[in-house]
Amino acid sequence: MPPIARPVGDTGLLLEFGTAIDPTLFDRILALDAALVADPPHGMREAVPAYVSLLIVYDPLLTDFATLEQEVCRRAKTSGSALLSGAAHLIPMCCDADLAPDLAEAAERLHMAPEALIEAHLAVEYRVYMFGFAPGYAYMDGVPASLHLPRKPVPVRTRPVGSIMIAGGQCLITTLPMPTGWWVIGATRTPVLQLSSPQPFLFQPGDRVRFCRQSRAEFEGS
Amino acid sequence: MPRAVLMVEQAGPLTTLQDAGRFGHLRHGVTWSGPVDRLGQDAAHAALGNPPGSTAVELSHGGIALSCIEGAVGFALAGGDFHARLGSVMLGSWTTGVVRAGERLVVRDGKLGNWASLAFAGRIQCPAWLGSTATLALASLGGGRVKAGDRLVIDADAGAPDSRPIPRPPAVTGPIRLVSGPQAGDFAPESLTALLAMPFAAAAFDRMGMVLDGPPLPPLSVTMLSAPLLRGAVQVNGAGTATILLADHQTTAGYPRIATIISADVSRAAQHRPGEEMRFAAVDVAQAIAVTRTTAAVTADYIARVGAGQGSLEDRLMQANLIDGVTDAHG
Repeated sequence: MPPIARPVGDTGLLLEFGTAIDPTLFDRILALDAALVADPPHGMREAVPAYVSLLIVYDPLLTDFATLEQEVCRRAKTSGSALLSGAAHLIPMCCDADLAPDLAEAAERLHMAPEALIEAHLAVEYRVYMFGFAPGYAYMDGVPASLHLPRKPVPVRTRPVGSIMIAGGQCLITTLPMPTGWWVIGATRTPVLQLSSPQPFLFQPGDRVRFCRQSRAEFEGS
Repeated sequence: MPRAVLMVEQAGPLTTLQDAGRFGHLRHGVTWSGPVDRLGQDAAHAALGNPPGSTAVELSHGGIALSCIEGAVGFALAGGDFHARLGSVMLGSWTTGVVRAGERLVVRDGKLGNWASLAFAGRIQCPAWLGSTATLALASLGGGRVKAGDRLVIDADAGAPDSRPIPRPPAVTGPIRLVSGPQAGDFAPESLTALLAMPFAAAAFDRMGMVLDGPPLPPLSVTMLSAPLLRGAVQVNGAGTATILLADHQTTAGYPRIATIISADVSRAAQHRPGEEMRFAAVDVAQAIAVTRTTAAVTADYIARVGAGQGSLEDRLMQANLIDGVTDAHG
């Protein structure tokens, strides 16, 4: 299925590839994104990959929607699926009670032991699909079905930077202290957003992420 | 370069430092930020001869009160109808001036608008992130909020012009223009009809967005996967409440956007006071781009005129009337 192009005001073109998360479809989004970033069409300002769509932001003084639509759809036919598999990351996490304030309740709701929840989380590979909410907030898909929990109806007290949390099929590592309705099951000191670095973002869309267990001593020393 | 230091005595809660914005990082969740009213900031810088896209103080309701404790610096206020007072002298809105050590500069809300830029001749010293001083308040990134007790340190240009009016931008009236979608398909046709037929009013606002009062526009579903969006998006929550997303909007979101306001009209929409009515009109994307191009040419002419330091004859007569009109009005 070729993607559908929709205008976003007079400065954006949203390509919709589908309506459900699908790794194969996401590979096509990443491939087109990479092709456009490597060789931007005239007037393109930036591109924003997401779960099932790709936003292309353009300067309406330099190009127009129809021209860009034609060019982008032509490129979509030839860009194929990403051969780039995405970088692999291993994120150490500590699950001590104070760093995993929702672990006990999440496990109880899932009718499993907290250790079993952690084991299930460590057993899977996550994939970065999209950034949103705030700088460096990487939405990772791949929470095992046995761990799917809805968000809490009301966000709870502010969680520190580096909190690892899950909701539904999504996992993320916080980059800001913020109240959240997600379930915090551990914490890491690995900075996914390094403000002082010229390359502040640890992850790129398409990257693959695994977690490994860390002792308190290792966490404190990291 | 001489230094000027301004002590912030008071500042409204939405007062921040902003350059033109932080572009190119939407893919990593970094929104553009920058001024909500871009034209106001551009005019303020042009009036002072600052390079376009320099850092200025963006302010909103509550204004700001500054006292100059060292040096002297030219300033320019533009956007909305905020007015400046230098010591006991009322300078009015859309004006330049010079504030000197020992003097107070106070900016207060006028009758219209939510946003104004206060620029200084020279460079405000402040932190940058990813090459931009634009403040993303949520994340405490960029130049930062401006609050009581802060000091603004400015590398001041010498020879700034004394108080004179800044010509007003060409008036744009009529409905706020928008392009349907990108998620118009998530709405019943009646919702799109209501958006175009019924009046809406600004309700609460901040730098992220402006909530609208008006008929509910309930989406048919709110099951869409999060997708990217841009400034001007008219996003509707599950209850049918519409919000216009502004400078600090999230880069992706999971509520559908029934329409997106064209870039030429976003600042105008954002300047509507709470309670002030606005209406929307649909244009297609080709019409929207035509409007943008025409507007860009008009704006470039206007900014050049501001930079040339002289308003049109009409502007100068209007200013003369404002000054002399009190005695002349019935003469």
